[in-house]
Amino acid sequence: MAATRIYVPRETAAVSVGADEVALAIARRAKETDTEIELIRNGSWGATWLEPLVEVAVGDKRIAYGNVVPEDVPDLFEAGLLEGSAHDKRLGPVNEIPYLIEQDRWTFWRCGLIDPLSLADFRAHQGFKALEKAFEIGPEAVISAVADSGLRGRGGAGFPTGIKWRTVADTPADQKYITANADEGDSGTFSDRMLMEGDPLGLIESMAIAGFAVGASRGYFYLRSEYPLTKLIFSRALDLAREAGWLGKNIQGSGFDFDIELHLGAGSYICGEETAMLESLEGKKGIVRYKPPLPAIEGLFGKPTVVNNVVTLTSVPNIVNLGAERHASYGVNRSKGTLAFQLSGNILRGGLVEKAFGITLRELIEEFGGGTASGRPVRAVQVGGPLGAYLPAEQLDTPLDYEAFIAIGAMIGHGGIVVFDDTVNMAQQARFAMEFCAIESCGKCTPCRIGSTRGVEVIDRMIAGENREENYDLLVELCDTMEGASLCAMGGMTPFPVRSVLKYFAEDFSSAVGAEA
Amino acid sequence: MTADTYDSQAANEIVERFGNRPEMLVQILLAFLDRFGWISEQAIRQLADELNLSRADVHGVVSFYHDLRTNPPGCHVVKICQAEACQAMGCRELTAHAEKTLGVAMSSGNDAITLEPVYCLGNCACSPAVMVDGKPYGRVDPARFDALVAAFADGG
Repeated sequence: MAATRIYVPRETAAVSVGADEVALAIARRAKETDTEIELIRNGSWGATWLEPLVEVAVGDKRIAYGNVVPEDVPDLFEAGLLEGSAHDKRLGPVNEIPYLIEQDRWTFWRCGLIDPLSLADFRAHQGFKALEKAFEIGPEAVISAVADSGLRGRGGAGFPTGIKWRTVADTPADQKYITANADEGDSGTFSDRMLMEGDPLGLIESMAIAGFAVGASRGYFYLRSEYPLTKLIFSRALDLAREAGWLGKNIQGSGFDFDIELHLGAGSYICGEETAMLESLEGKKGIVRYKPPLPAIEGLFGKPTVVNNVVTLTSVPNIVNLGAERHASYGVNRSKGTLAFQLSGNILRGGLVEKAFGITLRELIEEFGGGTASGRPVRAVQVGGPLGAYLPAEQLDTPLDYEAFIAIGAMIGHGGIVVFDDTVNMAQQARFAMEFCAIESCGKCTPCRIGSTRGVEVIDRMIAGENREENYDLLVELCDTMEGASLCAMGGMTPFPVRSVLKYFAEDFSSAVGAEA
Repeated sequence: MTADTYDSQAANEIVERFGNRPEMLVQILLAFLDRFGWISEQAIRQLADELNLSRADVHGVVSFYHDLRTNPPGCHVVKICQAEACQAMGCRELTAHAEKTLGVAMSSGNDAITLEPVYCLGNCACSPAVMVDGKPYGRVDPARFDALVAAFADGG
């Protein structure tokens, strides 16, 4: 009889709550009981609230056990783990967990499913099929498919990917570059990380497709230093791809050369801004560049450069495989396709939910997320990271659509959704928005560099109850200045969370005064 | 993560491993950090020489990036996420608890422990998130924090 396959995720969140220890306990127990098992360290399916989530392959099903701790392991073996038998922690077949089956997995479909570091498993699940098809249909057809699909940048700005690729393709140069932005710094976001850990070969394939489409032979992968496990997994995937001839010279006899160099960030939030990232890739301080010139015309080392987020890139293989129309059939209005929403903060069922655009915040937070972890009412939800607005409970019915969010002074950004219950002090959150900008500003433009520090001071005076009305006006004026005169989104959008607090939660400034008195 | 004594031969090997390319400066500095624990004035001088950059250029890069510390860290480095998702789950209270337990203020340290803020470990669905000596820990309440740092006393 073949060894029973047992899956234990090797993904940062799962590891942070004990997945390595669980894997070790399973391996030990199997040895003690002379049981033959094949332990596979897969990526996470994204039901983070159930991690560590252990699966056992029984027939053609994978039976899941949730929130397993090492101490459960002897008991699980006793109960018949290998046959998928009943146990308190048994959840049933993994593909019947409602949180997972109700998703639209366009980009993350291999995440959790496959062994991320098995080329054979990747190949058995459509791996490199899209790159092979790209070689057949040619660069122009690939760019047209991406343009027709309506794909927009998932990093936050939502710029049409097809236009970016076409600009790079049409700009003559002796060297062009593909850069993958994996500097996922927004609080409340972890979709890039999950994808890189769960399907790194899929990302490598996607970068190669982008390179082929625009005529770039070199790729740079900019990964934040806060993700050490991701670095290990992605580096290994690069080696695997190279050894098998999917990176390097003349890939699979196609005549196309492409290779990827991995660069690490060094703990700077602003390096997620595309031009700051390019500076950092050149070995310099991550100081934002003026635009124009656009990176698509003059980017890395002055050459035409595609700068795409990890999720954007990895959305492409299925566009090539399944067609632009299929992608465009998901979503609403000008927001086509799916977004990997990330539920976090004070939420009962935190994790990753990939859904077509158009779903409402309420559906995500209540139906998927199960409300707050504390059981208290939701008071505020920050969408889109530290530069995103805080929305009050009344706005939870807003559909997730780029334009609908812009209309209410908010942004979807990278799809992070952070939930706060009614114990939150929103004056403190407004202060933090300014403080964070002061800590992370690159310092090039004055509104961001100085404005953020002045913002903290003004908010402190408001909290202390000093000339509240005058300081309120001053803060609004400061927000206007930062929004209108900053060089990039860091200073330009820090006012979003601040203004939203003034608009919807102004009472927290007066209650802070009350508390002082 | 004991800070090793600076070794200019080892530093030179790192620079050569990166092909003496000035555009690899950030990567070289990160490799220095792995090897020596921190970036010394001596390291900055040597890098400027070997990469044909000015000391001001190298110093500018070192001072720009939060990771590139210019003082030796303690034996253990504890980072507590201070960003919004962790705030929603009590990281401010956890930080106060950590400061008290470790006897070290945030952004400071001693020979044994360095306590640092970090703005997002990307482990937001398991908040509050902590990183100890490069290893991630999630769902860290004060009791779990105490258990993590108790290992330090055992020589862990």
